[in-house]
Amino acid sequence: MADGVAAVDDPIRKPPLVQGENDFASVTDIVCQVSETPKPPKAWYVTFAAALGLLGALGASIVYLISTGVGVWGNNQPVAWGWPIVNFVFWVGIGHAGTLISAVLFLFRQTWRTAINRFSEAMTIFAVICAGMFPAIHVGRIWVIYWVFPIPNQMEMWPNFRSPLLWDVFAVGTYFTVSLLFWYMGMVPDLATLRDRATSRVRRMMYGVFSLGWTGSNRHWHRYERAYLLLAALATPLVLSVHSVVSFDFAVSQLPGWHTTIFPPYFVAGAIFSGFAMVLSLAIPARELWGLKDLITTRHIELMCKVILATGMMVGYAYSTEFFVAWYSGNRYEGFAFINRAFGPYWWAYTLMVSCNVLVPQIFWFKKMRTNMWVVFIAAALVNVGMWFERFVIVVSSLNRDFLPSSWHYFTPTAIDLLTFLGSFGLFLTLFLLFCRYLPQVAIAEIKGVMPQAHAGHGGSAATASDSPSGQVPPEGVK
Amino acid sequence: MTSSRVYGVLASFTSVEGIIEAAKAVKEAGLTKWDCHTPFPVHGLDKAMGVKMTKLPWIVLGCGLSGLALAIWLQWWTNAVDYPFIISGKPLWSIPANVPIMFELTVLFSALSTFFGMWMLNRLPRWYHPLFSVPSFRRATSDRFFIVVEADDPAYQAPEIKALFEAQGAATVEVVEETITNTDWPPKIKFAAWAAAGLLMLPPAFVVKAKFSTSETPRLHLVPDMDHQPKFKAQAASSLFADGRAMRMPIDGTVARGELVANEALHTGFLGGEYVTEFPLPVDEFLMERGRERFNIYCTACHGVSGLGDGMVNKRAQEIVSPLWVPPLSLHAETVISQPPGQLFQTISKGVRNMPGYAQQIPVRDRWAIVLYLKALQRSQSGSLDDVPLQLRNTIR
Repeated sequence: MADGVAAVDDPIRKPPLVQGENDFASVTDIVCQVSETPKPPKAWYVTFAAALGLLGALGASIVYLISTGVGVWGNNQPVAWGWPIVNFVFWVGIGHAGTLISAVLFLFRQTWRTAINRFSEAMTIFAVICAGMFPAIHVGRIWVIYWVFPIPNQMEMWPNFRSPLLWDVFAVGTYFTVSLLFWYMGMVPDLATLRDRATSRVRRMMYGVFSLGWTGSNRHWHRYERAYLLLAALATPLVLSVHSVVSFDFAVSQLPGWHTTIFPPYFVAGAIFSGFAMVLSLAIPARELWGLKDLITTRHIELMCKVILATGMMVGYAYSTEFFVAWYSGNRYEGFAFINRAFGPYWWAYTLMVSCNVLVPQIFWFKKMRTNMWVVFIAAALVNVGMWFERFVIVVSSLNRDFLPSSWHYFTPTAIDLLTFLGSFGLFLTLFLLFCRYLPQVAIAEIKGVMPQAHAGHGGSAATASDSPSGQVPPEGVK
Repeated sequence: MTSSRVYGVLASFTSVEGIIEAAKAVKEAGLTKWDCHTPFPVHGLDKAMGVKMTKLPWIVLGCGLSGLALAIWLQWWTNAVDYPFIISGKPLWSIPANVPIMFELTVLFSALSTFFGMWMLNRLPRWYHPLFSVPSFRRATSDRFFIVVEADDPAYQAPEIKALFEAQGAATVEVVEETITNTDWPPKIKFAAWAAAGLLMLPPAFVVKAKFSTSETPRLHLVPDMDHQPKFKAQAASSLFADGRAMRMPIDGTVARGELVANEALHTGFLGGEYVTEFPLPVDEFLMERGRERFNIYCTACHGVSGLGDGMVNKRAQEIVSPLWVPPLSLHAETVISQPPGQLFQTISKGVRNMPGYAQQIPVRDRWAIVLYLKALQRSQSGSLDDVPLQLRNTIR
């Protein structure tokens, strides 16, 4: 495919999803060699050591927090929701891209998702683990966290089902469960591949146990594909609902700056935006490091950049709508909250947020920028910074100047706040690096399904450069 | 204890077209116990094999609806029936606030049933399969497409099937032998499993015991943070302050609530050490009406509406023969009638005998209003004909 890259923007002649002279066996080799080489690249060791260090810092700061109390953080009236909630919303947002790529793009027959879905689903699960940790440790008395679940107890009390905070427990819990099932189910055939290639007893046992005895039986594939379609159909409304419910934590309250109906769609757009930025931040180094460039191609990176551009503008539109509504409502408190947000003591955070989230993605209008990996990597990192600050602005700038000027307070985080946040990256990276090393990073079985050889009547030849016009996955779902 | 038997005939193909054509041929040959094994789901193979549509969606629908029903029941029963949550005057049960949980549980139950239903219908996990002992079969998860016809098939004839596969251009054709081993569990494992099952029954047994028995000892607190709270109680000693008190003295010039004495007669009922005999505030009809209202609220429970000491509390105390009860005086007794207004005010403010002081509940002016009304009440019970205006005297019968 010499003209592969040149034809990127030609809607009729798209480059193939798998580049290079690859067949089924070589695709299997490319993905499996990552976990089969005796030693991963040096960069893996370096990042893994750093990640473990941060993970240790996280553990230490959590032990200190639980043994001392939430006073070790900067949270105090009127900013009772400080960094823990900012970090929670940040991580949950990142956790949206995975299921969006696996479920929504699946239903829309976007076959390019196959190269990156495994990867981003793993990212989703690890991000949701980081997210779920923050509200849990934020409750203070973590040993009574079971009160959030409707468990019969000696107090004869039940949780309040009309509280958005309880909706959150159910929404994030369901999202994590469904994402985990989706991820694991998708991985079973690939684990079977690793099992069948295993040369050591330990590997055969481990992959054998988790591949559940998969034999690739077509009668199994039939139900498997039906189940995959069902899970995608279930996860699609779920992915849109999770961040909507998270936004209810704010929108259902009576606080100016939070009490707005725009929050659910605005949060969902922001979540997809930040999630894709995180996928790019992880995919670009990973494809360099593990030699996956034939599978995660420039076209994949470009498509993700376009998603970032589109959702970035949605987020920018939401920012301006918020101001319009604050003015149009005629509500003085709402008006004050937004003047304070942009020009108050946290003007710097607001400026940073708008620059990173609205201005930076504009470079993706240009193909030169979308295909330059360094530019994409830095822009994605800036988007992640901007999205963290978006949550910071929403939480802190709305709270720090409440109705009583005598209690106005400029929130500053403590060192423990910072350590816990950095530590959550340690947890995320540790899990992610282990995933990269030991599990199939790319959905091997699915990617074979989008190769030209996979289709009877397509000539079985790699010479057909265009995608099949209809979606190739799932074959049975199309009928 | 091991023996072997023929499992079936296994053929491999190198292309998608090959496996689809071969599957069609096997189906036409009338075989029933056979399957294809492919590294990825192959387009058109279901049709070639005649695989029937799975009933999985129906299982998912049923479970999803169960999740919805559970969410409705759970929220209604816990928040409106078993422990009614009264929040901002909202109805105990209304649909909109309960929609998020209904949605989440519907999706959760559907997803769990999709996942577990699929494995159940596929009879997985099954960690042993006869084909796993065939070395070439390992390529079934990489780049080869296999068809296996089982020996259990009623139309199974090894040579014919082999010929069929060869005619379809199979890359390899082989007869697979299955090793049959003793599947009984070793006695030690059996014993351990039974012991583990028995131990697992212990926690539920304790729960049942706790449910149906009472305990004299307080609940075990793993984290006793609420039992020992680091705080100072009123009137306690403390080393934190130089004077050793936990409480602080009021700052000079401040007046505690209810302790303002701006006008001695008005706020205390005394003037120069004597009870005041005149009302220290203007007396008018409004004050009288206010006094009647306050008296009926605060005083009638014991003293009765007429002040004869026959209030409900007194009646009740007499009825149950309470040994602690000191009956209230009739407010029409000579000793009460002779008291000046200042003394009555003092009694209301500070209390007397069993009667508590009402200074905290009743503001100063209202206490004077009650005194005024009390004076009128006493007058009403000890009036003479001289008290009635001249022009009304002849209306009295």
